[in-house]
Amino acid sequence: MSSQTGNGKWGSPSGRGVNPGSELEQLIEQGQERLKQVMPDGSSSKVIVIVVVALLIGAWTAYYTVPSDSVAVVQRFGKYVKEVQPGLHFKLPLGIDTATIVPVKRQLKQEFGFTTPGASDPYQSPVAGKRETEMVTGDLNAALVEWVVQYRISDPVKFLFEVREPGATLRYVSESVMREVVGDRTVDEVITIGRQEIESEALTKMQALSTKYAMGISIDQVQLKNINPPEPVQESFNEVNQAQQEKEKLINEARRDYNKVIPLAEGEKDQRIREADGYRLKRINEAEGDVARFSALLVEYTKAPEVTRRRIYVETLQAVLPGIRSKIIVDDQTNNILPLMNLNAANGEQP
Amino acid sequence: MNKLITLMVMLGVAAFVLISSIYTVSEVEQMIITQFGKPVGEPVTTAGLKIKIPFIQQVNPIEKRVLEWDGNPSDMPTKDKLYISVDLFARWRITDPLQYFLRLRDERSAQSRLDDILGSETRNAVAKHELIEIIRTTRDREPLRDTLLTDAERDLNMGSLVPIQKGRKLVEQEIFAAAAEKVEVFGIELLDIRFKRINYNESVRPKIYDRMISERRQIAERFLSEGNGEAARIRGNRVRDLNKIQSEAYRQVEEIRGLADAKATEIYARAYNQNAEAVAFYEFTRTMESYKFIIAENTTLVLSTDSELFKFLKGMNPDIGENQ
Repeated sequence: MSSQTGNGKWGSPSGRGVNPGSELEQLIEQGQERLKQVMPDGSSSKVIVIVVVALLIGAWTAYYTVPSDSVAVVQRFGKYVKEVQPGLHFKLPLGIDTATIVPVKRQLKQEFGFTTPGASDPYQSPVAGKRETEMVTGDLNAALVEWVVQYRISDPVKFLFEVREPGATLRYVSESVMREVVGDRTVDEVITIGRQEIESEALTKMQALSTKYAMGISIDQVQLKNINPPEPVQESFNEVNQAQQEKEKLINEARRDYNKVIPLAEGEKDQRIREADGYRLKRINEAEGDVARFSALLVEYTKAPEVTRRRIYVETLQAVLPGIRSKIIVDDQTNNILPLMNLNAANGEQP
Repeated sequence: MNKLITLMVMLGVAAFVLISSIYTVSEVEQMIITQFGKPVGEPVTTAGLKIKIPFIQQVNPIEKRVLEWDGNPSDMPTKDKLYISVDLFARWRITDPLQYFLRLRDERSAQSRLDDILGSETRNAVAKHELIEIIRTTRDREPLRDTLLTDAERDLNMGSLVPIQKGRKLVEQEIFAAAAEKVEVFGIELLDIRFKRINYNESVRPKIYDRMISERRQIAERFLSEGNGEAARIRGNRVRDLNKIQSEAYRQVEEIRGLADAKATEIYARAYNQNAEAVAFYEFTRTMESYKFIIAENTTLVLSTDSELFKFLKGMNPDIGENQ
């Protein structure tokens, strides 16, 4: 009676999830008394019916089932007795024993800044909406951070008896730690390059705090979701990205021009060098050819110089002279050569 | 029949007395027994089924678990005159239930005392520190930098953290130390306090956003000019490399050709200059050779009958005639 009203007043979950017995019992007692007043002749059959009903209710409150992902914590008159594994179990009826089912094997999560619809756990979804996500970074910028904390209930006894609101406390711890970690980082780290580090550091710190607070909760994972700059600033962050792309584009274009010209020039250089090399070979071979020819001639020439000279001279003139249109042959004794010239032919030849 | 009714009534009364003389204490609570409103005896701290004097004694449950205090977000100025909204949470426990019961009676008044005490201590602590001291924790942390940003940011001193003297932990400890002392009188132990949310006040935000925007624009411009600069550098390289390659080619070509000419000259000279006879012969043959090219179709050639070729036009034996 006392503890019941007490718990009601304190607005606590009371750690007595399954205790329909005590209130029912009181109702039955009142009913019995009222029946006795209504039927003073006390027909024994009706008394038997009442007793049977009472027994049935007692039996109804004497067993409970623990689902496979949970354990039950049993309290007798409020005192902790034992922890019970999954299956069908019996307890003392009529509110003497209470069994609280704690889902120790279930992976639980808390979401910050966003909501997955249809959550049964009231602590899973954000209470304060977008205000949860607003953070100040270590370079005094603002950022919106969304994240998820995955946890399990590792110690049902601590979970029930040590801290009054473990779910709410975990939310506070998580928000506080995330801000602490984000507060130690620059906005660039938070938004782009430092995500993994933030996750692991936040996890370590949250684990340390949940151990310190003895909440009976073990935190498995911290995952960052969307991280954005605040709405009015987002555009300028995009500008930076665009400028980054533009920078790459400008550099690539310049590289394109470079690549268009330089390898070609290298090729042309090689071409010219090879051509020069060709010239060299040609020059030397020709020289050697000329020299060989000359040397051969010289040998014969030295044997009969006079005749050879004459022969070559006459042969050359023989080859040359027929091609010449005007030839004048003068004699020393003939002093005037003019009458011999064919002036018309000469005029005709002049351009 | 009357006996039965009497028995029933007596049983009923006995049951009522029994029920009002026992009570249960859960693991999560402790009990203060009051007699006409005045606490009697030691608080009951162990869980289980307990007995009291019926009707006269009342039980008052007091929470035994660690309790939470969730402050309302409140706006306050920092030392650097920035208005921020601060949201704290604390954990506390009732250590002296009797004292607690006498001074506060219930949790609502306890929470409101905590509101007052922690609220004012927070204000004091926040007003004594600059915003960054509340935001940051680790004093000498070196931030990671984007490798793409490094140069630009180092020059502009961006992407670096604002230096701090104390940090968030120490400010929290200051608030905690000041408040813990003050709540002791209520039979309460403050376990710890932590900043839950710190944010710029609505009125400050536009200015902060403007600063962020200008900072970002600065980086964007930096990128653009870096891009243009790098492109110009590459274009310069292009012209330089092109000239280098082309002039190298020219040099090598001329070198090769020069060597080739020299070599050819050497070969010729060696052959033609071997003795006086060779020199004369070369001169002669080369001159003869050149006639084929020098004397063209439209050349007018005046030849004397004294020449070697036409000397015979004068007579069979011109040499003799001449000698005469």
